[in-house]
Amino acid sequence: MFTVDRESGPKPYREAPEMIRAMLSEAWQAMGANRLRTALTMLGMVIGVGAVVIMMAIGQGAQYAVQQTISTMGSNLFIVLSGSFTTSGVRSGSAGAPTLNVADADAIAELEGVVNVAPTHQGSRQLVYGAQNWSSQVIGTTPEYLEARAWSIVQGAGFGDSDVRSATRVALIGKTVADNLFGDEDPVGKTMRIQQNPFVVIGVLGSKGQNLDGRDQDDTVIVPLTTAQRKVFGTPFLGAVRMIMVQADSGEGMQKTMDGVTALLRQRHRLRDGQPDDFFMRNLSAAAESEAETTRTMSILLGAIASISLLVGGIGIMNIMLVSVTERTREIGIRMAIGARERDILTQFLLEAIIISIAGCLIGLLLGLGGALLINFFSGMVIVISGTSALVAFAVAAGVGVFFGWYPARKAARLDPIEALRYQ
Amino acid sequence: MTAAPVIRVTGLAKSYRTAAGDFTALHGVDLAVERGDYIAIMGPSGSGKSTFMNLLGCLDTPSAGAYYLAGQNVAQLDREHLAGLRNRLLGFVFQGFNLLPRMSLLDNVALPLVYAGLDKPARRERAAELLARVGLGRYADSLPSRISGGQQQRVAIARALVNRPQLLLADEPTGNLDSQTSEEIMRLFGELNAEGITIVLVTHEPDIAAHAHRQVRFRDGRIVSDERSRQEVRA
Repeated sequence: MFTVDRESGPKPYREAPEMIRAMLSEAWQAMGANRLRTALTMLGMVIGVGAVVIMMAIGQGAQYAVQQTISTMGSNLFIVLSGSFTTSGVRSGSAGAPTLNVADADAIAELEGVVNVAPTHQGSRQLVYGAQNWSSQVIGTTPEYLEARAWSIVQGAGFGDSDVRSATRVALIGKTVADNLFGDEDPVGKTMRIQQNPFVVIGVLGSKGQNLDGRDQDDTVIVPLTTAQRKVFGTPFLGAVRMIMVQADSGEGMQKTMDGVTALLRQRHRLRDGQPDDFFMRNLSAAAESEAETTRTMSILLGAIASISLLVGGIGIMNIMLVSVTERTREIGIRMAIGARERDILTQFLLEAIIISIAGCLIGLLLGLGGALLINFFSGMVIVISGTSALVAFAVAAGVGVFFGWYPARKAARLDPIEALRYQ
Repeated sequence: MTAAPVIRVTGLAKSYRTAAGDFTALHGVDLAVERGDYIAIMGPSGSGKSTFMNLLGCLDTPSAGAYYLAGQNVAQLDREHLAGLRNRLLGFVFQGFNLLPRMSLLDNVALPLVYAGLDKPARRERAAELLARVGLGRYADSLPSRISGGQQQRVAIARALVNRPQLLLADEPTGNLDSQTSEEIMRLFGELNAEGITIVLVTHEPDIAAHAHRQVRFRDGRIVSDERSRQEVRA
């Protein structure tokens, strides 16, 4: 039975999943032997992962909210405002002088890279329907305006170029106007008054909610440009407009298009070199993008702060594993004496660290999701919970377990068997 | 089947580097232990017998000399190979029993088989067999703290034998036991040797050493006497 032969000599071990299974159950036992300590170590991970999940949910929620707002505004937009004029040293603000006109808009439309051009004229006016009245922003413009801003019509229909040419008194109203002026009535086909002039409501615009400034975009009436100029605002120079909205074909081509418009307008307005522009230009998308950038930064910042607690949780694991290795030095010596290799000891302690961090991570995920939902419930803050963020948190936590478990496990595996056996 | 001795050491030496300079614990020891032999190593503390046992047990590597375990020179092996030898060729019995306190007796006995890569049913079967062999089959699910010292040492012996080693190394196995329990343990060793297991035993008690067939005395890192008693080594 106990013969000296090759058969019983040391052979390569079987790298069986069986060994991992045996070690898993041992790790479980070891963790169970010191429940409070295991639970407290896990708590570090729970808090870390929970914080990451909540912060990511809030950060992504904020990004989502901003993106929603941007998408309601329309993309790749810029506006050209008519310029200021100076009388006896008093400078009017932008759009103080009627330097832009419809012909400018038509010329801009011919430029390369321009998708939509909408000359507009807007101002606040009192609306009257029956016994109700309501003050709202009236925008006189062309049908391209709705296209540029990706604004849909949910009831009735829009007006066309012929309405602009013949200055018909038709109006599209936003949801807020419809609610306040018409209540439960169907506004389409009804006649309301703007500045004493009757306008037929031909359509209701889709809801866009607030813009980045918090202004209600649905509190709007849109009428043909010519009608607005003649009946609503009483512009002295027919054809003059305060603003031209331009939509470029892409975000990248935006600057080039703006430069093209500047050159065109300077030429059309016969401005000599050195003379200042008699118009202003504003990039609406840039403002929106900087807002998006701000929230993205905030989101990253939140995640980074939360990651620190994850790091602290990891250090907690390392700390406890180091204590555990010291406490179990003798056990490690015994295991080595009966044939445990370095990698067996390493695996054993690493598994413990990974189990603690993954279990902590799962609990943290659940608590984080719960916490995010509670925040949403009580504060109404927009939160976005993505599978990706949960996965990332999970992967990071597992990584933290390996990273912070490695050093103590290696320390255990590198122990000298004789020293370890003598350890009291 | 080869006729090589289980243990053959030639010129085995071990020195340690200490703060006070180099200290030589073992000066060129030569010894051969035939298969089925039962030898007791005796000597005062500091005589080098523990160092010798650690080398025999593949827990340590010699500074010079050769150590053939079952015909293989193990002196130059790395830690991984030494672990494999401890697992498959050697069984350890310690003075302090060294059972793992949180594991059942059965799991304790089965532990070497985990490192040998056996699956769970095979591990449990072998471990139960060995526990029964040392007369503790009915305590399989108890924890070590629930049984007496003598019983714990029996469990430790079962663990040492579970992976069918060539050699049983016992370092003061009765040092923590009373004389009656010591006698029981020595009786068990006698039975195991009669079954063909080679045993090397370290002790400082002459009456314990008397159970062995051969007594080797160490002093100052050298073998000073090597005597055979009672019966001859079985072939």
